[in-house]
Amino acid sequence: MKTVEPAVVEGTALEARPSRGGHPIVRVFRERPSAVLGLSLVLFFVLVAIFGPALAPYSWTQPSGAVFAPPSAQHLLGTDGSGVDVLSEMMYGGRTSLIVGFAAALVAMIVGGGIGLLAGYSGGATDVGLMRVTDYFLVIPDLVLMIVIATVFGPSLSHVILVIGLLLWTTTARIVRAQVKSIRERVYVRRARSLGASHRRIVFQHILPQVAPLLIATTVLTIAYAIFDESALAFLGVGVPGVSWGTMLEHAFERTAMTEGAWWAFVPPGLAIGLVVIGCYLMGQAIEDALNPRLRVAHLSIRTWRIRKAPAATTHLDPEPDREEAV
Amino acid sequence: MRRTDYVIKRIFFAVMTVFVAITINFLLFRALPGSAVTNFARAPHASPELRATLTHEFGLDQPLWKQYALYLNQLVFHGNMGISFADNQPVTSELAGKLKNTIGMVFVGTFLAIVIGVVTGFLAAWRRGGAVDHASTSSAIVFYALPTQFIGMMLILLFASVLPTAGMRNQVNAFFSGGSTWSNLKDIGLHMILPAVTLALTLFGEYTLVVRSAMLETLGEDYVLTARAKGLPQRRIVVSHALRNAMLPIATLVALSLGFIVAGAILVEIVFSWPGIGQAVYEAVATRDYPMLQGAFLILTLSVVFFNFIADLLYFKLDPRITE
Repeated sequence: MKTVEPAVVEGTALEARPSRGGHPIVRVFRERPSAVLGLSLVLFFVLVAIFGPALAPYSWTQPSGAVFAPPSAQHLLGTDGSGVDVLSEMMYGGRTSLIVGFAAALVAMIVGGGIGLLAGYSGGATDVGLMRVTDYFLVIPDLVLMIVIATVFGPSLSHVILVIGLLLWTTTARIVRAQVKSIRERVYVRRARSLGASHRRIVFQHILPQVAPLLIATTVLTIAYAIFDESALAFLGVGVPGVSWGTMLEHAFERTAMTEGAWWAFVPPGLAIGLVVIGCYLMGQAIEDALNPRLRVAHLSIRTWRIRKAPAATTHLDPEPDREEAV
Repeated sequence: MRRTDYVIKRIFFAVMTVFVAITINFLLFRALPGSAVTNFARAPHASPELRATLTHEFGLDQPLWKQYALYLNQLVFHGNMGISFADNQPVTSELAGKLKNTIGMVFVGTFLAIVIGVVTGFLAAWRRGGAVDHASTSSAIVFYALPTQFIGMMLILLFASVLPTAGMRNQVNAFFSGGSTWSNLKDIGLHMILPAVTLALTLFGEYTLVVRSAMLETLGEDYVLTARAKGLPQRRIVVSHALRNAMLPIATLVALSLGFIVAGAILVEIVFSWPGIGQAVYEAVATRDYPMLQGAFLILTLSVVFFNFIADLLYFKLDPRITE
């Protein structure tokens, strides 16, 4: 994996590195093999999720063989505790897991990006207020709150997506806010402002494009975390109804596949989740690393999803230059 | 900012967070369909007297703001979190016993994770770019990415014939509390191996990566160069100059993650039927035992807030430069 060089980076590295050839994100993939590996892993599972259900050899709801039949020519990955073909379940279940992952990450991106942008751009009381709220939400253990909410409101696809997405926005908000704060003080933004550009124009023309790559990196990592959470909720029986990788693990556990020695019932979903998470991690880390080695999004903990405190990062996150001097 | 100011600020933040959590807790369970009385005092086999007591204690027939005040009052001054639906016992005392079991397992697991994480991260940074580095970072990422419950199930698959895989003690010991303290401890210890190892495996990857990058950062510092120029032996440079300074982020990370580990142990406890808070959450979800779930959520939030506070203090102690 890439190390975090103690590079001298002020603000974002977007400017520090002269753009040679293509969009920064394209460059990331050209320069880093790990990003390509990550992208291919994720793409593979996305393709399976799109076309898998059409290619699935058997039904993913009805039994098509004996209970816990080991892998064979008929059932390449064996059957689960109710005799359903594991390969077919994997293909269909991936769709659910990925939908939850991508949709929840999208919710987190919109909410977190919006709040971060608003807080960072307006500054003052709005900023303080929003960041207070964010701080409280950062401390409340999301997984437990997700379980509570999912239990109270009942499990359904949209509930699971909303519950996960609405609890994962905090990290995105913090990262975006810090970035917006530093960009807002750039000379070209000040110049645009003094030329009479509207707030809307400044935000959408000048700030958002600069924040976008970082927002994407964070969102990619959020996908990993959301898929993780989906499987955790499913394990407690409050996940998405129907087949997903998470529910497959839960069924295998309920039917004691471990003591039956039926490893094929839970190894495929477990590995699939792991591979997608690794894929997202490699991609997000490469993008973020190329853009801004100091922010360390990739050093977020997958399990706790918190920004690690680092002295350099804390000082960097709060550039507070006198912004009124130009007025 | 001065030291006392910093501490006061952190205490204020911790108290406020607890307050926010309590409020969310209150509102969420009032948002349930059905009246508060039926939900909170719904305990299946509750006598009319118990129901009346609960209704009175929590003001279930009063307006919402009054209920909130009563809820705060009961919680803060009486430690009263209601009655579990499952067995009509007070939630607080049930959870207190379970918290003890969780904490024991979490500490052993975290300790293991720290040992593995520091050793592998240290070796990876020392032999940067070599085979050891690749082996430890890639295994760290792999274990980091696998779902907790999956790692637990794999361990059951592999070790079911050798080690106990469920509960905290043998059935026999649990029923006849005879036997010496030593054999009881040994029994619990044996049962703790698999859950603690699972927890350690899910956690160490994070520690490895942090130790490695912290080490690499300190290895690039001027004082390491100076030490090298002075001709100090490499071992001495790496251990007492680089590692010592790299321990700073590591120590706070551990403190910071402890609270979340308690919450994260839910999945581990379910897999191994470990009788802790996580198991309580699982059972409460399955039986829709709302008071129990509410209590568990509060206790878990409290533990996160507590360890966060410790992390803040520790961080300040180790690196007084950070006062914003």
